[in-house]
Amino acid sequence: MKSAFRLIALAMLVALLAACARETVPEPAPPEPAPPARPAPAPVETAALDPRDFTDPRNLDNTDSVLYQRVIYFEFDRSTIQSQYEPIVRAHAEYLRANPSARVILEGHTDERGSREYNLGLGERRGNSVYELMTAIGASSRQIEVVSYGEERPVCRQSNEDCWQRNRRTEIVYTAR
Amino acid sequence: MTAKRRSLFTRLSWCWLLLALPLLAHAQLRIEIVDGVEGAMPIAVVPFAWEADGPPPATAISDIISANLYRSGLFAPMEERDMIDRPSRPPEVRFGTWRLQRVDHLLIGRVTDSPDGFGQEIEYHLLDVHSGRVLLSRAQPVGPGDLRLGAHRVSDAVYEALIGIPGAFATRIAYVTVSDLGGEDELFELVVADADGFNPQAIVRNTQPILSPSWSPDGRQLAYVSFATGRSNVVVQDLYTGQNRTVSSDRGINGAPAFSPDGRYLAMSLSRTGSSEIWLLDLQTDRLQQLTNHWSINTEPAFSPDGRAIYFTSDRAGRPQVYAMNLDGTDVRRVTHEGRYNARATIGPDGQRLAVVHGDGNDFRIALHHRDSGQLRVLSNGPLDESPSFAPNGSMILYAARRGEQGILAAVSADGRVRQTLVASAADVREPAWSPLIR
Repeated sequence: MKSAFRLIALAMLVALLAACARETVPEPAPPEPAPPARPAPAPVETAALDPRDFTDPRNLDNTDSVLYQRVIYFEFDRSTIQSQYEPIVRAHAEYLRANPSARVILEGHTDERGSREYNLGLGERRGNSVYELMTAIGASSRQIEVVSYGEERPVCRQSNEDCWQRNRRTEIVYTAR
Repeated sequence: MTAKRRSLFTRLSWCWLLLALPLLAHAQLRIEIVDGVEGAMPIAVVPFAWEADGPPPATAISDIISANLYRSGLFAPMEERDMIDRPSRPPEVRFGTWRLQRVDHLLIGRVTDSPDGFGQEIEYHLLDVHSGRVLLSRAQPVGPGDLRLGAHRVSDAVYEALIGIPGAFATRIAYVTVSDLGGEDELFELVVADADGFNPQAIVRNTQPILSPSWSPDGRQLAYVSFATGRSNVVVQDLYTGQNRTVSSDRGINGAPAFSPDGRYLAMSLSRTGSSEIWLLDLQTDRLQQLTNHWSINTEPAFSPDGRAIYFTSDRAGRPQVYAMNLDGTDVRRVTHEGRYNARATIGPDGQRLAVVHGDGNDFRIALHHRDSGQLRVLSNGPLDESPSFAPNGSMILYAARRGEQGILAAVSADGRVRQTLVASAADVREPAWSPLIR
């Protein structure tokens, strides 16, 4: 009797595992698909895409455009924007200025070293640095929200400088284009 | 994220949650002693006679007590198989036998049904083998199903009788576990368990981060930081009713909650003004008062045991250091000076010792700062130790550490001599908080 129950339980577990496994077959992760509601404009109307036109929403998905880049990296325990990342912030600030209905969240992150709550503060400071440069260039403060995740959302999980470098970042996340 | 992707995500999470639940229910911390004290006191905890109705519990009371005393690092309990006698009442004790076996103290007892018919009673006697004196003779009442708690209370009494300070065995610990749900998804759980790792219960589950649990002084409530909404919020949850209340959800950071010793106030770090500052929330009136006003990061408030000062972390001098101030925010003074990085202070019950995260380059360890001497003593081995939490009797400091890529908990005695690790089988464990003494 007992073993019959075990068999049934085992069968259920296997079924559940199979169901989960089926669902977790990795979908090919495509870049955000274009919203299907908006039909593609007729080719006649399409101006040639200039990757340096930071007011054009199409450049957000154009790998050749600076607007495609959304991550600013920082040095340890620092929140100043290094010069090589300034063009990215400027491009997005110009985009926001030209597209007043666009909205972004600036997600501030840190590496794992040090205490978690202090890192929340540090992550926010990194978000704020980007926020200040963006608003100085003309983006509206109403378009931007800073959210700090501290060390809670690493992109890389090993304990070495290579990984820490990738985790010390501000991500520009569009919630409206 | 499109609607379709979101629904798939929800389905996936639930699916894995269903699978994971039975496993998590058993995900108990395993305690391993790393270093003990040389010259620990030899004691014999004789199996207690079971004179109550029904079968004895699977884990004997004497085993729980022995394990507790051993874990403290201060006792060397005798193996049961080496015991020649099994007395359960003082007149049955033949001291000569125990003296020959080089035991200093003897704990004997028996379990009977409670005279009022409700639960049981543990009658126990602690004896000095050399003088033959009875040091303790008590009856510990236990509610139905509470034998483990009863064993912890007996351990507390024995510890206090022989060491001179109250034991902290009948307490609980809170911590956060993080398990992989596959892909990018993680499951965060806020868990409360007995101080020996038994009876773990997840009181909050979420796929978004949970951190900084903090006990109310009566041990009834936990305040913590939840990212359930995608942003940081401070939540206070009642452990008995399960009810919770979001007490702070302003723009910016809502973090680092700490109860005042009288339970009336909650200190937090909020960045609603643009920079993170220490604020004090009156939990009775909901009145909120700003204590610090400085452009730097001000966070990790901790009350002194007398409730008259708040310690906190600030990088106003360039690097994070621990500061103290009065409850109204006046008289801010720097407390730690040694080293480049001192943060996340937790205050010992004597108010004189502060455990901090002490950083030196890539190395982060737990250190003890003595207020009177101003000296800092490193207690842990690093390299990524954090979140220290004092045992309520001041004997041990519990903290989060790394073993390879796994997050574990570790504990070290305040004198640095006793070490142990608390490891969960699969999950990452972090953010420990030791409860106050629960009477």
